[in-house]
Amino acid sequence: MALKVQSRTDISAAVQAAVERHGTTAEALVPILSDVNRALGFLPQDAMTAISRSLRIPPSQVLSTASFYQMLSTRPRGKHVIKFCESAPCHVMGGRLVWKALQDALGLEPGQTSADGQWTLLTTSCPGVCGVGPVLIIDDEVHGNVTPEKVPEILAQYQEGGTSQ
Amino acid sequence: MSAVRSLVLVSGDPQSLARGASDVFSALQAEIKRLGLQDEISLLMTGDLGRHDALPLVIVYPEATIYGPVKPENVPWLVEEHLYKGRIVPELQASAAELTGQIAWLTARQGTLPAEQRVVLRRAGLIDPEDIEEYIAHDGYEALGKAVTQMSPQEVIEEIVQSGLRGRGGAGFPTGIKWRFVAQVDNYPRYIICNADESEPGTFKDRLILEGDPHSIIEAMTIAAYAVGAQEGYIYVRGEYTLAQQRLQTAIEQAQALGFLGDNIFGRDFRFNIHIHTGAGAYICGEETALIESLEGKRGEPRPRPPYPTTHGLWGKPTVVNNVETLANVPAIILHGANWYRQMGTKNSPGTKVYTMLGNVNVTGLIEVPMGITLREVIAIYAKGMKNGATFKLAQTGGSSGSIIPASLQDTPMDFDSYSRAGVSLGSGALLICDENTCVVDLARVLLRFFACESCGKCTPCRVGGQRARQILTNIAEGVGSLSDLDDLETISTHLYNLSNCGLGQTAGVPIRDILRHFRAEVEAHIRLKVCPTGVCAMSGRRVKVR
Repeated sequence: MALKVQSRTDISAAVQAAVERHGTTAEALVPILSDVNRALGFLPQDAMTAISRSLRIPPSQVLSTASFYQMLSTRPRGKHVIKFCESAPCHVMGGRLVWKALQDALGLEPGQTSADGQWTLLTTSCPGVCGVGPVLIIDDEVHGNVTPEKVPEILAQYQEGGTSQ
Repeated sequence: MSAVRSLVLVSGDPQSLARGASDVFSALQAEIKRLGLQDEISLLMTGDLGRHDALPLVIVYPEATIYGPVKPENVPWLVEEHLYKGRIVPELQASAAELTGQIAWLTARQGTLPAEQRVVLRRAGLIDPEDIEEYIAHDGYEALGKAVTQMSPQEVIEEIVQSGLRGRGGAGFPTGIKWRFVAQVDNYPRYIICNADESEPGTFKDRLILEGDPHSIIEAMTIAAYAVGAQEGYIYVRGEYTLAQQRLQTAIEQAQALGFLGDNIFGRDFRFNIHIHTGAGAYICGEETALIESLEGKRGEPRPRPPYPTTHGLWGKPTVVNNVETLANVPAIILHGANWYRQMGTKNSPGTKVYTMLGNVNVTGLIEVPMGITLREVIAIYAKGMKNGATFKLAQTGGSSGSIIPASLQDTPMDFDSYSRAGVSLGSGALLICDENTCVVDLARVLLRFFACESCGKCTPCRVGGQRARQILTNIAEGVGSLSDLDDLETISTHLYNLSNCGLGQTAGVPIRDILRHFRAEVEAHIRLKVCPTGVCAMSGRRVKVR
């Protein structure tokens, strides 16, 4: 998920692949948006316009749907997206202090992207891995049983040359 | 409650007391002390353990041996044999015939482990979920074959109605009745939707079913389709559940290859296909009408109900929407019959329930036990007691469909009716078990933050009420609340319940109502004394503007 300017060819290739996979019925909209979001890191305006043309749905409805779901983003995100579970089970098991450590380490408020484009910090509702709470998800990797002390270690795994994943 | 070797319960209902339960209790106490077992054995007088003719009852866990009627003079022998030497005393055991009600199921337990009774999860972990042959070897698709070749659609619906199966997503609506509604509407096509958008905080039972036994959902949906006359089905899977999506896809392809899906299923004039639809991260899409909106490619905003999806569902057509756990019960009911199913659980809530145990307990994870077990049993037996010998303070039963259950209700049987009589809700089956270090204001604040974040914003009470309640609770947690805030909170809670459009808003005020009902003194301490009794809240004196 890179913070780079998407070329037009990238965008149309991603849209085309998603449309071919899911078809052009109205019910394909959310799956198509998810696929394009995954391919490009977010949903650029041009991608939404292209989807609206393919599905013959007004662009307003595409934007309205795209802006509703948490896993879709209409704005560019950082290289690594951190989602912290802020639901009650993780909170009770010590999530409060982990969240503080995470914010201190990154200097970000929820929803913000760091100036160097490395990190986006988000909160998420329960991802259903409560057995190992508190939980944070970086990109698609789940880190469980997190303690405030472990936070810098976990972040470091993603910083070294950006090779991990 | 620390982890002990055995837990001994004595029935303490009026009938048992009249028959000398207190004397039995003191005799047990004295005898346990005489043998020096008091640190290893926890002895408790509980409420009603069920109506039966063998009172007073003594139940010894973890073996779940039921003794009754027990007289004080039996006690020394019982304690010496069972608790000291570890031998069950058959002469004193209550005969199964005399037991009814909520403890009858205990007699089915075998061995010395606290037995789970698995229906929904019977194959999970035992078979390779990606191999249809293994599923078939474990009675797989036998129920579908029975339904399609030996039963009429009406008979299938009647069997489910008779079984008393109730929706496991949180609301507890009778599944068979829902199917009957859809079958009665003269409007085609009809649809089957499996609601796998599991997002209640602390709940991951559906994920384990989907990952461990995906074919059971395919089979159940196909049975439902046969019963109500549907040809298309959708599984709406939460976007984050990627493994479940892959396994379902594999399962669908395998079922198609062997003719359990597609045209002419079991050689009959019956066709059915299933599509997987992946969500994109929205808690509200677990609400059935929001889920349908989302399936249609729109924002997941709930529709006003009525009309219900049973008449106006997907694309305005009659639609069955069932939770994963509900569906997972269906093949077993068809295979073994409604009467078999009714032997488990309680009269009005038959069957089993999958719970996720979380929080400050020694063992966390998933259990499947009959309906009607109590929270005390769950904590003491399955969760192996509270962590570090702490005291149980409350349990939160998960997300918008649950409530906060204080320790005083821990002997209430966990079934739909007993819980609704006690004014609490079973919810989706998450049991977040909290010890005395949990602050109720902090907990309510976290829950309200969740509701405020997840509100879709369509209706005003929920959009504004959730935010306001969260701000007020934040002020209380920072030590700058006032007593009039509590009146405001109660008003907001009532308004949320009465005026919100869907279940999310209607239950967003429940945590507030529950903490004020059960823990008012603790909340007031934050305001009157400017002290958080558990030391959790920051009490920094910073005020948030309430808008």
